[in-house]
Amino acid sequence: MDARIRVIVAKPGLDGHDRGAKVIARAFRDAGFEVIYTGLRQTPEQIVNAALQEDADVVGLSVLSGAHMTLCPRIMELMKKESLDDVLVVVGGIIPDQDIPKLKEAGIAEIFQPGASTEEIVAYVRNNARKK
Amino acid sequence: MAKDVRERLFTTVSGVPIERLYTPEDIHDFDYGRDLGDPGEPPYTRGIYPTMYRSRRWTMRQFSGFGTAADTNQRFHYLLKHGQTGLSVAFHLPTLMGLDSDHPMSSGEVGKCGVTIDSLEDMETLFKGIPLDQISTSMTTNAPATILWSMYLVVAEKQGADWTKLRGTIQNDILKEYIAQKTYIFPPKPSMKLIVDTFEFGSSHVPQWNTISISGYHIREAGSTALQELAFTLYDGIEYVEWARRRGLDVDDFAPRLSFFFNAHNDLFEEVAKYRAARKVWYRVMTERFQCRNPKSAILRFHTQTAGCSLTAQQPYNNIVRVAIQALSAVLGGTQSLHTNSLDETLALPTEHAARIALRTQQILAHETGIANTVDPLAGSYFVERLTLDMEKGCWDYFDRLDEMGGMVAAIEQGFPQREIQDASYEYQKAIERKEKIIVGLNDFVMEDEPPIDILLIDENVEAQQIERLKQLRDTRDNGQVRTTLTALREAAAAGDRNMMLCIIDCVRCYATLGEICDELRAVYGVYEEPSF
Repeated sequence: MDARIRVIVAKPGLDGHDRGAKVIARAFRDAGFEVIYTGLRQTPEQIVNAALQEDADVVGLSVLSGAHMTLCPRIMELMKKESLDDVLVVVGGIIPDQDIPKLKEAGIAEIFQPGASTEEIVAYVRNNARKK
Repeated sequence: MAKDVRERLFTTVSGVPIERLYTPEDIHDFDYGRDLGDPGEPPYTRGIYPTMYRSRRWTMRQFSGFGTAADTNQRFHYLLKHGQTGLSVAFHLPTLMGLDSDHPMSSGEVGKCGVTIDSLEDMETLFKGIPLDQISTSMTTNAPATILWSMYLVVAEKQGADWTKLRGTIQNDILKEYIAQKTYIFPPKPSMKLIVDTFEFGSSHVPQWNTISISGYHIREAGSTALQELAFTLYDGIEYVEWARRRGLDVDDFAPRLSFFFNAHNDLFEEVAKYRAARKVWYRVMTERFQCRNPKSAILRFHTQTAGCSLTAQQPYNNIVRVAIQALSAVLGGTQSLHTNSLDETLALPTEHAARIALRTQQILAHETGIANTVDPLAGSYFVERLTLDMEKGCWDYFDRLDEMGGMVAAIEQGFPQREIQDASYEYQKAIERKEKIIVGLNDFVMEDEPPIDILLIDENVEAQQIERLKQLRDTRDNGQVRTTLTALREAAAAGDRNMMLCIIDCVRCYATLGEICDELRAVYGVYEEPSF
């Protein structure tokens, strides 16, 4: 079972809307991933720390509050500082098109906007998570 | 008869199976007087007023708030100019979490999800040029409801308005925060205490104010079924009444000012049945369970908002049609006020243009369609009456389970409503992905290469400007007085048995910030951490 993909599902910022985070966490579990849900209102430091402690292959961030342009780049900076460069970071939530290039530039691998299916997200993670 | 080959597709949005045909057989034990009654008569299934919209239309109340208080004040004036008849304030997340804009956790959130309010100064700007004794205002404030209401009351007072003339609503519903929206600060016990404080204070000082809006909206948005939305919301109502009674309040002193807030999703008939059942069930709860004497205590008044979660980012103009049908259900269901969502809701806060179309949708329903000419036009439909009876029965079943768990606070601590909603939302998502439910533009009738639409962008300078404003406030106000009132507040909170409203008003009056006030309360009450399940 060592080959199972370990995913942190996290909600940074003050947003409490966790429907998406809970749905995707469950879909990841159903897909056979190991899922750690951090709970609400995590600071970038807490999230990166969790990724480190849990030896995560993937970090999935859910942001619906509009604070993604502040929070996501900060998380990526901290990830780099901790040399977690091979951890796949994906974001889901209300992310306007025009923010996507900047998020990718910051190191976010993929952004899933409203309407993305769990199937598509699971497939992406399966194909792109680091190989062990 | 030809076999119904598509049978499995005939369910409501909530997954309830629907028959091919409804006949008198489906409502054979139905009694007009007992199950419906005329509008304005118990059990109020048909509506709470005899004449409903013939004497007074529903209030068109668009929820809005973004950027600074000045930005939102401008939007309020715009909406009023275009025929909106009530105000509804959306606060940004730091305010809802009891944090000032200069708190580290507020970084990136300032002015994004709503308007930035840190102190009385911002509240004064928010309502500039709007006479508060002439309009009703709804404020979506939950954990810090006492503080924001206090700010509103002081602004009104400064305008020369008499508190007894003020009309409006504070959402003030913490139970649905624990259950669904998760914007909580304090643990259940002190939170419930503050809510009962508002009931008590309102009935003696601001008698026309709705001291709570018991909300199913967020429960539904979190993924519940229509029945779960109804049952959990009404049971939250029961829980509030229980806590107020335990304090020694007379039900008839505060119950007439309880109000409700429901979602309007896509399934027209299911939604109409939900609103009709809501009135009927609440009537029985108040008269039988709580033995109210004042008829007004048993009348369920509600606001409706169309379902944000039903809208799609894909082909967003289609959302106008969804919203129109959802709004139709709210009006056919006898709502007292209505917010119609903007077509760009899944992408951002609404542009002025999108907000205007949403308001126009209500105006078209009100003025062009004739749906408001007669009261409860769907009554007597075999189908709608059957759905209404089923909705009612489903409610009582949930109530029994919640009673057994020891009430809603206990059920929340056990994770019961949260799990029910999570299961329903996962099931819904799967049904969409299996294409058992078709969402136009999302899993069918898809368009490649859609042109983007203009969306509202919040100026990133709002945060820096607000932090600067806050710094100036802290430099110029009477900080001695602020300290004195905050200390008095903490002592009152620690004493535990005093109504906190007057103390909070004292703090607000001398421009203590929302974050400072919440810090004092957090120090005494502690903070809530959600158990994991």
